Amino acid sequence: MELENLRFGTELLKRGFAKMQKGGVIMDVTTPEQAIIAEEAGAVAVMALHAVPADIRKMGGVARMADPTVIESIMGAVSIPVMAKARIGHFVEAQILEALGVDMVDESEVLTPADEFHIEKTKFTIPFVCGARNLGEACRRIKEGAAMIRTKGEAGTGDVSQAVLHMRMIQGQIRGLKGLDDLQLMEVARDIEADVELVRECARIERLPVVNFAAGGVATPADAALMMQLGADGVFVGSGIFKSENPQAMANAIVQAVHNYDDAALLAEVSKGLGAAMKGLDAASIPESEALQTRGW
Amino acid sequence: MTRIGVLAVQGDVSEHITALRKAAADSVVIEVRAPGQIEECQALVIPGGESTTISRQMDSSGITGELVAAARSGKPVLATCAGMVLVSREIVGEGRFKPLGLMDIKVSRNAFGPQKESFEADLDVRGLDRPYRAVFIRAPVIAEAGGDVEVLARLDEGVVAAREKNLLALAFHPELTDDSRIHQIFLNMLED
Repeated sequence: MELENLRFGTELLKRGFAKMQKGGVIMDVTTPEQAIIAEEAGAVAVMALHAVPADIRKMGGVARMADPTVIESIMGAVSIPVMAKARIGHFVEAQILEALGVDMVDESEVLTPADEFHIEKTKFTIPFVCGARNLGEACRRIKEGAAMIRTKGEAGTGDVSQAVLHMRMIQGQIRGLKGLDDLQLMEVARDIEADVELVRECARIERLPVVNFAAGGVATPADAALMMQLGADGVFVGSGIFKSENPQAMANAIVQAVHNYDDAALLAEVSKGLGAAMKGLDAASIPESEALQTRGW
Repeated sequence: MTRIGVLAVQGDVSEHITALRKAAADSVVIEVRAPGQIEECQALVIPGGESTTISRQMDSSGITGELVAAARSGKPVLATCAGMVLVSREIVGEGRFKPLGLMDIKVSRNAFGPQKESFEADLDVRGLDRPYRAVFIRAPVIAEAGGDVEVLARLDEGVVAAREKNLLALAFHPELTDDSRIHQIFLNMLED
């Protein structure tokens, strides 16, 4: 094999990695034991954290990248991809995660932002996932190099309403591009502060050019199936599994729900006897200053 | 009209469907999600994704038996990446799930390391007149192949493309590029 023929970290490899996650559930875990439960339930990847978003919210203070020891112990426990979160704009945390061998970085509003600018993700070999509430935000992140978009929702609440809002917003804005001429697409791009080439591409392919997952408040199999029916390519579940009464049963049920999202009879079956879902927090009751979704722009 | 089924349990299903529709304009390409659909197909694709997830979901949706029967009956099967792991006889050092044993190959999962080691390479593939741009994403390799397995491409780490009768297994993702020559090899297997 000629060495110069090998290429690493290309956009095709980054976006391709994200595509392999489609139709799957990515679960937040804080210990190797939880990671094994997630893998056995059929998760396509795990997100290695020192605390799930509901606890991060409760603890307050500055939330940072997890201890590398925690991340390495989780990487050692499972064969599926391991993701980890870096603070918005904290490119050194991202460099550390890449050096550790993490498969994907989540530049996440769940952690305390480090900069008003996001990370220049094109400079990295590994792919990034970023949160977005609308098409403008999604396009800005993709332009910076994100290989996957997820709704921001409102993490750590167990209230799916904000994820629904953000998914509907992105889908609706893309539908609104239909039939527009190029001048009008340029005007939209200016209005939403997005790169015009990306807006043109969304108009042409009638979706984002990268995988679009749901995240932020998914707590039950029904929530997960709701997001899939609304057009999500897959689902992140944060606190919803390991803050529930029976994590193993909840993990299994949410995987089943994502795979059979349009089969109501099966959804009824998998929703039975799961014990209590995470207690949760009505997203509307959170003062704006404490909302996580307004971090980043 | 030829009907090709893409196993739509998890992974990059739509990319395979798009690639097949382009390579085989006169075929019908469908998603296979439920029992009863495989029977109607003349050829099958097992896409890339997470093999642990796909294996588990195939069992719970009740299509594993039908897939095995279809492969044994001689219908062409294209298995890419996770698909290659699933059709193998044995997985090196792995007890997480049991592969389907459709091909006489022993496979190492994730043989190149984490995502930062994923790569694109110009690959010499037997039967193709010029190199094929192959996309390897957390790819497996074939560590051992039985006597009836024809090796189509190899890297230092092991075999990355192989054929045994009606089964074509690839460690890389022909569905992610515009070059449909690999899909063409698969479609030609319908004529055999």
